[in-house]
Amino acid sequence: MHGTIMVFFVLTTAPFAAFGNFFLPIQVGAEDMPFPHFNMMSFWVTFVAFLVLVTSFFAGDGPTLGGWTQYAPLSAIGAVGGPGQGLGVVLWAASIGIFCIGQLLGSLNFITTTLDMRTRGMSLMRLPLSAWGWFITSVMGLTAFAVLMPACILLILDHVAGTSFFVASNLVINDQVLPHSGGSTLLWQHLFWFFGHPEVYIAIIPGMGIVSHVLITNMRKPMLSHRVLIYSMGALGALSYMVYGHHMFVSGMNPVSSLAFSFPTLVITIPSTIVVLMWLGSLYGSKLRINSASLFSLGFISMFISGGVSGFFLAQPSIDIMLHATYFVVGHFHLVMGVAAMFGIFAGTYFWFPKMTGRMMNETLGKTHFVLSFIGAYCIFMPFHYLGIAGNVRRYQAFTDDYLIPLIPVHKFITYSAIFTGLVQLIFVFNLIHSRFKGAVAPNDNPWEGTSLEWSTATPPPHNNFGDKMPVVYHDPYQYSVEGASADYIMQTSPEKINSPDEEK
Amino acid sequence: MATTVHEPPKIDLDRLPSQGSGNGGWRNLVPAGGDLRRVKDSSPPPASTGIWVGLAAITMTFAAFTSALIVRQGAAPDWRHFTLPSVLYLNTLVIIASSITLEVARRQVAAFMSGAQNTETKKDQAASPARWLYITLFLGLLFVAGQTFAWLQLRAQGFGLATNISYSFFYVLTVAHALHVFGGLGGLVRVISKLHNSVLRRSTLDATSRYWHFMGALWLYLLLLLWMKL
Repeated sequence: MHGTIMVFFVLTTAPFAAFGNFFLPIQVGAEDMPFPHFNMMSFWVTFVAFLVLVTSFFAGDGPTLGGWTQYAPLSAIGAVGGPGQGLGVVLWAASIGIFCIGQLLGSLNFITTTLDMRTRGMSLMRLPLSAWGWFITSVMGLTAFAVLMPACILLILDHVAGTSFFVASNLVINDQVLPHSGGSTLLWQHLFWFFGHPEVYIAIIPGMGIVSHVLITNMRKPMLSHRVLIYSMGALGALSYMVYGHHMFVSGMNPVSSLAFSFPTLVITIPSTIVVLMWLGSLYGSKLRINSASLFSLGFISMFISGGVSGFFLAQPSIDIMLHATYFVVGHFHLVMGVAAMFGIFAGTYFWFPKMTGRMMNETLGKTHFVLSFIGAYCIFMPFHYLGIAGNVRRYQAFTDDYLIPLIPVHKFITYSAIFTGLVQLIFVFNLIHSRFKGAVAPNDNPWEGTSLEWSTATPPPHNNFGDKMPVVYHDPYQYSVEGASADYIMQTSPEKINSPDEEK
Repeated sequence: MATTVHEPPKIDLDRLPSQGSGNGGWRNLVPAGGDLRRVKDSSPPPASTGIWVGLAAITMTFAAFTSALIVRQGAAPDWRHFTLPSVLYLNTLVIIASSITLEVARRQVAAFMSGAQNTETKKDQAASPARWLYITLFLGLLFVAGQTFAWLQLRAQGFGLATNISYSFFYVLTVAHALHVFGGLGGLVRVISKLHNSVLRRSTLDATSRYWHFMGALWLYLLLLLWMKL
């Protein structure tokens, strides 16, 4: 349930659906999304999906124990599999199926908004990087969730109709021979991971967009190359469909397939590296304005690098066989996808809070929140790598084996760190609530001196985003420190003619 | 440093955002009462893009079902072949016919719209496309009824969802398709009611007919798949 709630209902909804629904129409210069009913439906459908999931805590013998991946056959055999494997799994699959509908409706809106609702002068290359992040994510969401939904339907049918999609013949569980015949357990893994791997990019690419947007505004200069960053994010999205088999190296899949999936997994490090070098190269020599949003953006980059480096190890089947299902993997994906994506959410919240509410968040609390979270997150997840290399398998409830007993102090350290880091988040919650009502009033509509369209409208934006007058866009999104210009930054809506080597034609 | 001065962008007049209060998209309305005279022939792009995006998602869903079928068939030797109920072929003719009748209606509306700027007298022409839309709706319902007949026929022969995995896939694919057809029927009802009661956007009709034709094409694909694999 931890994985399901975090991956689906936090990391997919917060950076993509929440910020995207608010700011994508504004950043493209639209009054609204083209299908407002779908928009509202996607929210309420997601809410219903969450309720269905939470219901499983109170229904039957509790929620499923299958994690967010719900591997068959355990997930498909029903109550005979143990507590939560009957009704719990059905509610899980129903919840995720409903969630898919919400995401599909949302993605449809995002794609159409980006393609068709842009205002005058807003070419695709003039979209801010955050809008590009949401757009690429929505294309991925559309294709990935459209595959997860049929998988959930088949899983439910195995439960309620006695079909044999995922359960093999003559399976004996708890001394009972199951009536199913001939099902393929690997089929579930193929269907799930075809969605599952793009899903981790669905969680991280909006963060990449948000962080780039925040950093540029605080660096007061554009990225080394706007286009290369967009193409790299697009390449990450496209490649993410070709690498999913690296989750299945030890599944009994044909070893040739492992090799075939290992290669694109290593290739996908190329666009990832380009994105990271683009950030670092752009940061080099810039006079970064240090605030909570820019600090969390730096933290995002740090986590993405730290978590990404361990990906090199796991991408190779021969090493992965040793590290599979150990805490090494837990450390890897929590850093690269969990903490990094959370830091992206924090960066976006600190950055856009003034636009959403008209008040500033407290910077002292924000910086404290960052420093303690940054240290805390590393204290939690770095030791996991050590545990994994030492052979500590995940999902054990107690470590009683000889070779695991000496590792228990490391687990204790991680637990203390996790409790500490969890408590630190209360600073953020307090800051959020306090600033919403009693925070310093934002000095103007553009407190960070940004250039994109959200900073040219009122605060908070009116119902139709721009009031009576739709914006007209004259410039690339990030015209900072332009030589000979009248100010340090040129808003996209400014009709001022500028001499800029970066300006798109 | 080499620099160039860029003019403000050239603006495509067809893409002008509507000015004023945020009810974007209300730009090309057909007035109430089926009177098509004041139709403006300028569909907003979002409806067109939106329907293609939606169809892409449906394509992915059925691609997933298809790959599941192929993988599952190869996974174990328990696959049982059976003859498809022959009513399916009749249903195929029905859904093809419904696409043709919908296209007739759509072209009548399109022809009327393109002629609307010149002549202001052909008031009764709204009736004709409506008639074809009703026929399409009837054929659509007939298709779903025919599919239901096929399911009942199989069940009467003792072949249920869990009898064999090949039957499971038959039911899953045909029911999933029929549910999507219901979406198309909803779209048709919406088009007809808008034509009679309020206002119909040309783009609504175009999007509905694209979806409907896609349902026909998808059925042809599914029939071929089932015929080959089952």
